[in-house]
Amino acid sequence: MKPRNKLAIALGAGAAFALVAASPAMAVKRGGVLNIVVGSKIPSYDGHRETTFGMIHPIRPFYSLLIRVNPDNPQSTSDFQCDVCENWKVSDGGKTYTFKLRENVKFHDGTPMTADDIVATYHKLIFPPKGVASSRKAFYGMVDKVEKTGKHEMVFKLKYATGGFIPALATPFNFVYSKKDLDTHGYAWHQKNINGTGAFTFVQHQPGAFVEGKRYANYHLMGKDGKAKPYLDGYKAISAPKMAVRLQAIRGDRAQIEFRAFPPKARDDLKKALGDKITVQESDWNCVMGFSSNQKLKKFQDVRIRQALTLAMDRWGGSKYLSKIAIVKTVGGMVFPNHKLAASKAELQKMIGYSSDLKGSQAKAKKLLADAGVSGMKVELLNRAVDQPYKVVGTWMLGQWKKIGLVPNQIVLPTGPWYAKFRKKKDQETMIDFNCQGVVNPLIDASKWQSSDIATNNRGNYIDRTMDKWYDQMNRTGDPAEARAIMRKYEQRGLDEKAHFAVNFWWYKINPHRSYVKGWNIAPSHYLNQSLDQVWLDK
Amino acid sequence: MLKYTIKRVLLMVPTLFGAACLVFFLLRLIPGDVCELRMSGEGGFVDNEAIAVCQEELGLNDPKIVQFGEFIYGFMVFDLGQSMWTGKAITHEINLRFQLSIQIAIMATFISVIIAIPLGTISAIRQDTWLDYVVRTFSIAGIAIPSFWLGIMIILGLLISTQAWLGEPWMPPIEYVSPFVDPVGNMVQLIWPAIATGYRYSAVATRMTRSALLEVLREDYIRTARAKGLFEKIIINRHALKNSMLPVVTVIGIEFAFLMGGLVVTEQVFNLNGVGKLFVESVQNHDFNMTQALVMLVALIFVVTNFVVDIFYAWLDPRIRYS
Amino acid sequence: MATVDVSADGGIEELREKKSFGQKTVEMIKKQPLGTVGFLVVIAMIVMAVGANYLTPYDPEENDFANMLIAPGWEFLLGTDQFGRDIMTRLIYGARTALFVGFVASFVGATIGLVLGVMSAYFGGTFDLIFQRVMDVFMAFPLIIMALAIVSIFGPSTQNVIIAITIPFIPRCARVVRSNALAIREIPYVDAARALGYSHARIILRHMAPNVMAPFLIMITAFVGQAILLEASLSYLGLGVQEPTAAWGLMLQGGAEEYIESEPWIAIFPGIAISLAVFGFNLFGDSVRDVLDPRLRTQ
Repeated sequence: MKPRNKLAIALGAGAAFALVAASPAMAVKRGGVLNIVVGSKIPSYDGHRETTFGMIHPIRPFYSLLIRVNPDNPQSTSDFQCDVCENWKVSDGGKTYTFKLRENVKFHDGTPMTADDIVATYHKLIFPPKGVASSRKAFYGMVDKVEKTGKHEMVFKLKYATGGFIPALATPFNFVYSKKDLDTHGYAWHQKNINGTGAFTFVQHQPGAFVEGKRYANYHLMGKDGKAKPYLDGYKAISAPKMAVRLQAIRGDRAQIEFRAFPPKARDDLKKALGDKITVQESDWNCVMGFSSNQKLKKFQDVRIRQALTLAMDRWGGSKYLSKIAIVKTVGGMVFPNHKLAASKAELQKMIGYSSDLKGSQAKAKKLLADAGVSGMKVELLNRAVDQPYKVVGTWMLGQWKKIGLVPNQIVLPTGPWYAKFRKKKDQETMIDFNCQGVVNPLIDASKWQSSDIATNNRGNYIDRTMDKWYDQMNRTGDPAEARAIMRKYEQRGLDEKAHFAVNFWWYKINPHRSYVKGWNIAPSHYLNQSLDQVWLDK
Repeated sequence: MLKYTIKRVLLMVPTLFGAACLVFFLLRLIPGDVCELRMSGEGGFVDNEAIAVCQEELGLNDPKIVQFGEFIYGFMVFDLGQSMWTGKAITHEINLRFQLSIQIAIMATFISVIIAIPLGTISAIRQDTWLDYVVRTFSIAGIAIPSFWLGIMIILGLLISTQAWLGEPWMPPIEYVSPFVDPVGNMVQLIWPAIATGYRYSAVATRMTRSALLEVLREDYIRTARAKGLFEKIIINRHALKNSMLPVVTVIGIEFAFLMGGLVVTEQVFNLNGVGKLFVESVQNHDFNMTQALVMLVALIFVVTNFVVDIFYAWLDPRIRYS
Repeated sequence: MATVDVSADGGIEELREKKSFGQKTVEMIKKQPLGTVGFLVVIAMIVMAVGANYLTPYDPEENDFANMLIAPGWEFLLGTDQFGRDIMTRLIYGARTALFVGFVASFVGATIGLVLGVMSAYFGGTFDLIFQRVMDVFMAFPLIIMALAIVSIFGPSTQNVIIAITIPFIPRCARVVRSNALAIREIPYVDAARALGYSHARIILRHMAPNVMAPFLIMITAFVGQAILLEASLSYLGLGVQEPTAAWGLMLQGGAEEYIESEPWIAIFPGIAISLAVFGFNLFGDSVRDVLDPRLRTQ
């Protein structure tokens, strides 16, 4: 058996009762209501359909997943834990995943959960009937069949073995729904109604104001003190669109925590004002800030121009300054920093734009522009009307391009028209581009660089079959060393040789919160670790 | 009088219809699509099928004329439909926010009247004296200072001062409770934005009071009253003020109508879940149904307020009815 | 002190005591102190806007990260912002943007309002009725939403911000002008002029328009202040002028959210600039109105 699969089995079997050896032994206290501030708006409650954190933060605690990122160790990109399952086995050369489910899970309306519910949920996710939207269907291209094999046992049959399946399964949007609800009320019911197996039951939602949840007494996971979780009596997710308000709320103790991120200055101000009463958790974020040029336009079909644009970026220097005023920090390539598949600093510096010789890069850029006959050309950067980090990084980028003699100009659009411009009209020149994902899954996250007829979030409008071929090979190999080698080739071509899409920085997540909130550990994505079952208040 | 009233009522219709047309077409000119926004999240995967399903559901593929017809019909039978963003009934969404906005509007108007009438009167009586200048400076400052800046300063001030004096920083609550459920909690949150807004609006009312009173004071009958030897105070209170109230009431009425849809920035700063916030969100989300409903609501309030004022004027001043 | 002199041809002239320019100015200042203050503010802004290039040594738009977030001092009088740009410089250049937006929006808006209002009053009848309804529609339509829509459709540029701000001014000016012009229309000499064969245009331009000049000028000065504030509000909502242009509303928005506590100068100075400017224009406008409107003069 390949070493990869042995690891998978070991993880699966051992994850069921992961006792946390690392955290200090602190007696958890029960009770209290956690107030969260959320900056975005809730569309519907259906996790299978929605894509925004504005839904995840208030609604996730009402539901469970099949497997999830380990809430005590969410920074790990390979530590996945059973939620409603007990364990899982991998067989058939990595093509069959058999899940044994817990038998004590009940929906909030009293219905016991069985394998039927999991199968129904995943059919909705992976093979939705016509007229039903499932926004992350593409993650499960490797799945052939989902079947029930017992009252509390079910199986996923894959078309090919891949390391990208388990992380995809842990997607926080994969709420477990009850088959009874889907059969009785149809596939649209969950948009406006909530019936889950999560640690909290739905109390009320005042539109535009807050969502309130109450402790669910029959939750299936046990706490550190031997009794059922959650530790909290309830929570309230309060809507606050302006960052200044969210910051003030935490300072004035109207809310204790915010799960997206604050900019560095906000963290500094809170720390200065409240000292020890504030704890700050920081980590790299599974989001990339970069830019791409529209290869539908003739001028950007010249690779020299694309290369020049990325050569001009002083990434190492920029990181130093921008990390003080924006939610970006780490300089990286296509893969999440410090992941097994990521390039080392030495490997990065071999690519254009990552050299520590800034002057050399700038000279090279100027020469490329001169060769292409476009020295001093105008550059139009399409940006999104959101401060952090889009507008801040955009302003920095303009300064960088000025230094190689270009004449840059920024067009900032509100989100709606911004999407319309590059999705419908496709007439943008260069645009700030980004790639935000949930679970760190570099094999799937790198799908963006495939040709635009395959990758729906490719905004460069190009066809490059070599990239497509390498992407497939990367995903189908079971050998991690081979995957890494192909990833290096893929990255080199995408960022350097063809300069399809340049990566400037990886985002940086900063979560300051009130120190008496315990049990929540920062994950590399604001979608992850939001079930709140392990959070407690030390008051 | 009846004929005049009926005429004014009939004139409301084309205005409302015009507003409906304007909002309908304006919204559809904005590039972008509510389904794209919902399904595209923060730029991760985009599932074109999911977007297509959503568009079909919301009737975005129907011909424009059909959409317009549904909109007008819905408005006439008071069925505002569902929000395109959440799928919930629009009346349900607006209800709570409307309560909050009305309360702020009433409180702000009240505060602005309390400030404006005395100050305007003083300013008029003592025209061109130092008192007049101070009052005018104070009231213009109300317009000049950007409201969001003022709001941020207020909250920051509260946080810093409470921390300095009491040890723990305090700020007003960020959630709304109905005044019938918890009057104290409600007042503690809403008094600050009401003051900030009321101060701003008092400026307009102060100036109107001042100029209306000045005009009245020039009238002949006031001159006669003075010649008769009446005390100045009685002249002001019994004759001048009463007669100058008409334009002042008009201004206050119109400002109240504007308050309903116009508090967008204040609501953002104080995190009020009001109509203004909903408005901005629904435009940004391309939620046509919701934006249309809100525009019609605000237009209706505006038109009705104007109507009431017109009738009031006509009742007081018969010459207007017969023009 | 006036003396009446009966001159040789029987006419009566008033011979005023000739006052020097200086004395007249002092008199005006004493009569309208607030207006004078306002006038000075307006002049100061115009000087800043026109002479920006000469008044400041720094570039308002160039990033200089080595000097980011420096407190006010000798080198940078009002401090620097998060991109290392000098606040004082950006304030001065911002005056240019503010005045440009303010003047264009208010002038264009008021002028269009003037023309439409006068035409509506003059022609009356159905045209007037329809016109009034259209104006009502635009007044009933919430301003911010209109601005949001315009900026979303056409993109946030200085030009589109001006358009977005101009639109609400038109109906307001038109209404005021119309009611003034209506008063004129009733006067018999208009009928006489028509009888004499004067064209519509001539009557409008030579007889009606001059009489509505007073409210027109008053509205223009009022609008400038409002335009500056509107631009600031739109910038706060992210709809106004965009980076890296120096504009007060944009500076306020950028600084107010994140830097208000530890680097307050980023938000405080633009706030003061906006307040002062609007203040000045309003005071000035008030005095203009007081002077032009005889009913309000001190007895």
